[in-house]
Amino acid sequence: MTNTIANETKRQEPYRREVASGVGTGRGLARALGYFSMGLGAAELVAPRAMAKLIGIPYRRPHAGLLRAFGLREMGSGVSILARPGAGPVGSRVAGDVLDAAVLVAALGRRATRKKRALVALGAVLGVAALDVYVTQRLRRSRSAANGQQRFQVRKAITINRPREEVYRFWRNFQNLPQFMRHLLSVEILDDKRSRWMARAPAGQKVEWTAELIEDVPNYRIAWRSIQDSDVEHAGSVAFRPAPGNRGTEIVVDLSYAPPAGSMGRVIASLFGEEPAQQIDADLRVLKQVLETGEVVQSDSSIHHGLHPARPSSSSKQLAGHSDGSAGSSGQPGAEKVG
Amino acid sequence: MGVKRVEVVDVPEPRILNSQDVIIRVTSTAICGSDLHLYNGYVPTMEKGDILGHEFMGEVVVRGSGVKKVKVGDRVVVPFPIACGVCNSCQHQLYSLCENTNPNAWIAEKLWGHSPAGLFGYSHMLGGYAGGQAEFVRVPFADVGPIKVPDDLPDEKVLFLSDILPTGWMGAEMCNIKPGDIIAVWGAGPVGLLAMQSALLMGAERVIAIDRFPYRLRKAREHMGLECINYGETDVREALDVMTGGRGPDACIDAVGMEAHFPAPLGLYDKAKQAVRLETDRPSALRQAIMACRNGGIVSVIGVYGGLIDKFPMGSVMNRSLTIRSGQTHVHRYLKPLLDRIRKGELDPSFVISHRMRLDQAPEAFDLFLNKQDDCVKVVLSPNGRAAA
Repeated sequence: MTNTIANETKRQEPYRREVASGVGTGRGLARALGYFSMGLGAAELVAPRAMAKLIGIPYRRPHAGLLRAFGLREMGSGVSILARPGAGPVGSRVAGDVLDAAVLVAALGRRATRKKRALVALGAVLGVAALDVYVTQRLRRSRSAANGQQRFQVRKAITINRPREEVYRFWRNFQNLPQFMRHLLSVEILDDKRSRWMARAPAGQKVEWTAELIEDVPNYRIAWRSIQDSDVEHAGSVAFRPAPGNRGTEIVVDLSYAPPAGSMGRVIASLFGEEPAQQIDADLRVLKQVLETGEVVQSDSSIHHGLHPARPSSSSKQLAGHSDGSAGSSGQPGAEKVG
Repeated sequence: MGVKRVEVVDVPEPRILNSQDVIIRVTSTAICGSDLHLYNGYVPTMEKGDILGHEFMGEVVVRGSGVKKVKVGDRVVVPFPIACGVCNSCQHQLYSLCENTNPNAWIAEKLWGHSPAGLFGYSHMLGGYAGGQAEFVRVPFADVGPIKVPDDLPDEKVLFLSDILPTGWMGAEMCNIKPGDIIAVWGAGPVGLLAMQSALLMGAERVIAIDRFPYRLRKAREHMGLECINYGETDVREALDVMTGGRGPDACIDAVGMEAHFPAPLGLYDKAKQAVRLETDRPSALRQAIMACRNGGIVSVIGVYGGLIDKFPMGSVMNRSLTIRSGQTHVHRYLKPLLDRIRKGELDPSFVISHRMRLDQAPEAFDLFLNKQDDCVKVVLSPNGRAAA
């Protein structure tokens, strides 16, 4: 069991934020076109004479200067595609293809042009143009499919200086999760397998889903996923293994959220803000604090949402979510004051 | 409340935020050389309005429900790193690496790979805890950090248990001092002076002080009888070679850190790079300590660094089998043994104090300390207006 987890950890990236339709978005092809542009442009810039010979056009005005200019243009679109392989930069290649074709057609009408070579070159330009159009459309499609519909997949690990049984037991009681998962408002246990999760969303909105337990190997692994009629497609698992050298328990957590399309999708996407991995990291740190020290450790600034100077504050209203659900401390712990 | 601006303002009294907190009424607090790095704006993630100060002591006035050992009315000195006492690092006495006390660990992880412990009054990257240059401070994990001090010892003798005494001590301890060892210390500020004294107590044959301010070197010479090198006048490498028979010191302590001064052109190079943030730290003392150290020797770094340095002589470290040891002080480890030495009269760190001022004179005190005016070595502030005695 532990070996399997270790291998998985090596194989998978810790955090991915991927487009729902996943493979075949045309980005790979776009990159190939980017490199093609760079190569062709460099050849036109550096060796315009050889290039003219290859495509059968006479190397004299206006073609000599034109070839160099086209070389620059090709390299420009190559760079912009490689920087951002999206529909826009690839689309700019189509315009370039039209120019190339126009020049070749004009050259075909001149006597000095070697017609066969020029026709082959024209064929090549039209072929590449067709590919450019195809990739552009494909990129457009996948962008609209992914609009507000991102899948978050996060994998994080932390070591907790407590026995494996204790860490497992704490997590296995899903009602404990909101104590350290900042975005969760509550988890209600429905029966042996199912639980109802409610999460905080921006602008006071809430999203809910029902999760079912799909794997429970005591002290080793827990896995769950949302059932079909949920707002969110959510899956998670946590693996427990002893930390070598009597350092407690290592846990590896996998979480994924795939919201449906539309406005609800965007709400889900914003659950974790811009940095889901960072959020989960912070959550696991809180779990560690709760299990090791008994409560969520606060500083004078951490009790506030957002930036606050490191100084005491008189207001207790701004207490952040973490302090109200912590084990053993709710808001203001009891204090004895004299003097 | 900006670079080179501190103000004294009224803020609400601190409250208990965790059950293991206490609130302390501060009787004495000090300005640390590392506060100057904050003051000069070289430590990232300071916010306008942050309360500074990580060297302080006082009387417990409020006690959280989970505190067992410390009692209201106890007179305590507080270590500058905040430690939970139960994580792996704390159990291995690596208190400044506590795994639970930095709520902003993610920022430190981005800059340094992993996060150390939270510190009082030392940026948001290290927790965003309000500091001790105040009348009242909240102290988390009160049963782990604060040490009760006997009433017959005045504040001045025990205050520096909070930071600079254990820091100087750990700096010397990391040198593995053996009979016959010669130790060179860069920086004759408060930490450097206490490292020198610690090295003597640990049995060093000779200790050499290096600084550019005659009044600071005088303190090393007159108080401890040390040999001194003024790097503003003397070539340090040459002087050290002569003093050590060409071997170099057995161990070198960098008690300067990220804002070292160095003659041109390398000094100007670092200053320029630091000014435009191409390099966050000016490491000229560290470079020199490495180059000067004898083959197979130890370079002990207790001066504070924040980020990246340039022109680091790694070839010298590798080819000459040098050992570099470093760390924010694991203060908790040293509290009891050092307090015992103070009680027995073996150690009295109060000799570093040059100025005693009121807390509301803090802006003036920072300026004195930074610009080394009026022979300033160490400023102790007392909030109640009484001179700390």
